[in-house]
Amino acid sequence: MAGSVWVHGELAADGSLARIATETATAAREIAAQAGAEAVGVVVAADPVGAAQELARFLPRVFAVTDSAAGERASAAVTAERIAALGRRDGVAYLVTGAGPEGRDVAGIAGALLELPLLANATAVGWGDGGPTVDESAFGGKQLTTSSFTGSGGLITIRPNVVDAAPLDAPGSVESLNMEMPLELPAVTITGRLTSEAAAQSIEEARVIVAGGRGVGGPEGFELLRELADALGGVVGATRAAVDAGWIPYAVQIGQTGKIVKPQLYLAMGISGAIQHKVGMQTAGTIVAVNRDPDAPIAEFADVLVVGDQAAVGRALLAALRDRSA
Amino acid sequence: MRIVVLSKPVPDPASGQERLTADGRVDRAAAPAVINGNDEYALEAALKLIEARPDEEHEITLVAMTPESGRDALRKGLAMGAHRAVMVTDPALERSDWLTTVRVLEAVLRTLEFDLVLAGADTSDGVAGVVGAGVAARMPLPYLSFAATIEPSDGRVRVNRLTATGHEVLEAAIPALITCTQALGAPRYPSLKGIMAARSKEIEVRSLTDLGVDPATVGAAAAGTKVGEVRPPTERGATRVIRDEPEEAARQVVAFLAERRLV
Ligand SMILES: Cc1cc2nc3c(=O)[nH]c(=O)nc-3n(C[C@H](O)[C@H](O)[C@H](O)COP(=O)(O)OP(=O)(O)OC[C@H]3O[C@@H](n4cnc5c(N)ncnc54)[C@H](O)[C@@H]3O)c2cc1C
Ligand SMILES: Nc1ncnc2c1ncn2[C@@H]1O[C@H](COP(=O)(O)O)[C@@H](O)[C@H]1O
Repeated sequence: MAGSVWVHGELAADGSLARIATETATAAREIAAQAGAEAVGVVVAADPVGAAQELARFLPRVFAVTDSAAGERASAAVTAERIAALGRRDGVAYLVTGAGPEGRDVAGIAGALLELPLLANATAVGWGDGGPTVDESAFGGKQLTTSSFTGSGGLITIRPNVVDAAPLDAPGSVESLNMEMPLELPAVTITGRLTSEAAAQSIEEARVIVAGGRGVGGPEGFELLRELADALGGVVGATRAAVDAGWIPYAVQIGQTGKIVKPQLYLAMGISGAIQHKVGMQTAGTIVAVNRDPDAPIAEFADVLVVGDQAAVGRALLAALRDRSA
Repeated sequence: MRIVVLSKPVPDPASGQERLTADGRVDRAAAPAVINGNDEYALEAALKLIEARPDEEHEITLVAMTPESGRDALRKGLAMGAHRAVMVTDPALERSDWLTTVRVLEAVLRTLEFDLVLAGADTSDGVAGVVGAGVAARMPLPYLSFAATIEPSDGRVRVNRLTATGHEVLEAAIPALITCTQALGAPRYPSLKGIMAARSKEIEVRSLTDLGVDPATVGAAAAGTKVGEVRPPTERGATRVIRDEPEEAARQVVAFLAERRLV
């Protein structure tokens, strides 16, 4: 097999390694082992070493690329171009990124530059017939597919939470590189950054989501959901109705034009389960819904439906959870 | 201001009828086509941008690679207020992969003049969310993604980019390519006047030959991926319905979560 299996060393907003990168790295290592190739990570930043060392816990070899064009954190175009350049230099069999916003941006640019075919939003990655096999879900999980590449290379984007990240017994090596050659892609500068408290953790990576809909009744109602999320070790999500009402930021909207999530537990409070919402969450491990209407569409695909007022049930649930951990 | 909106006709998600064929293609006969949700937000953003500049000359062009079945969806975009549409339709394009989509859209853009290219953040029938980035890389154009706001001025454009935990402010020179989200605002409904006007607006159909793309390099034969299997998801068990008072209901839910090792 010509070339390595490359991994985008995705960074979180604070410059640390994003958890998804440990998952994609683990998947890449398995592909590399099957392909008889090397798995290599790339972190691009003004100061990439810390994140690169973290990534090296999961990969035998990591490039820490210092790039003055990167600023504090590189825009996708810079990262993708540097990955593409290293890939051209050393050979690319596969490129693996996360399927969240950062990963997609890098995948789209690097994939186009390297002309790699794509299997997107993998929900499982395996091996068969001499190449990776990728499970994808169509229309929010209505149908599932298993696909492969026709040639001996390609680009895979992987959803969060589908691979269990497993560190190596002994960490890999970190090679520092200075890449200052001019960029082909026109510059995009990041002139400001804001982290909202409402979404301190990425909703796509969360293992537990407590989501609220119109039935939550207002922004105050989401306070209870936040407490429930804390008690369950999760984050708050929402339907478009709640977002449109201005109760909660769009960043946590789940569904067709929001995020697609696959947590282990999805607690749906005052959510009808409209099809555009369903496509964003129906592959969750366990779905518990609280709705006063027993005929709401969500009754058809929840594992448990509590018929009742979401605030009253929510408060009782919070008390029961706190009792349990006390 | 001249704005191109990359507008993909997709099976209407609201129909509940979207499905793949047994060999893994999007079944376009299963549901009527509509413009992809995120692309409608892009079109709405384009309309607001030109409305905010009444003194300038404007043109909004919809660009789609689609079979003939996408025509009505584009007509609706014209009724919303786009000025014209370019539709790349060619039987050779069936089963094309993302690289072909990127190349074809690139080929169309090279024949157009524009200040901004707007695309959707992703599509309801593919959800790859990579075509915009791919087109930007090949043109090349500055790439600004996941826009919640778009503010062009003095040859530059500023975008509030949504991130997992907040947003960042991006700036680049125009022309640029921007991917769009629902945060830009709800799309308008076509007015009666708009619907009437759309009847006489042009939908220009181009073939691969028109674009100078060799048909041998697209479609199924050139696709770099293949679908091995299409299957239904594993059924969830029956829904357990709890109708007890809140305290008792909560106790049962916690017991259920404990059983599944979720608490
Ligand atoms: C192009 C397009 C894209 C879309 N994208 C998305 C998307 O990404 N995400 C999304 O979520 N939606 C999306 N939608 C909107 C979607 O169609 C629904 O309108 C939306 O999901 C409804 O949200 P909801 O369940 O909060 O509200 P509703 O449908 O109004 O449901 C509220 C539910 O709460 C229950 N309820 C009310 N009060 C209480 C109470 N006190 N206690 C318990 N239960 C109560 C009611 O019985 C009802 O079932 C999209 C629509 C379109 C057209
Ligand atoms: N066939 C197409 N015709 C026009 N635009 C497209 C097409 N495919 C993708 N796009 C654009 O690229 C965006 C992302 O698509 P995707 O990467 O397929 O999820 C869409 O929202 C559209 O703006």
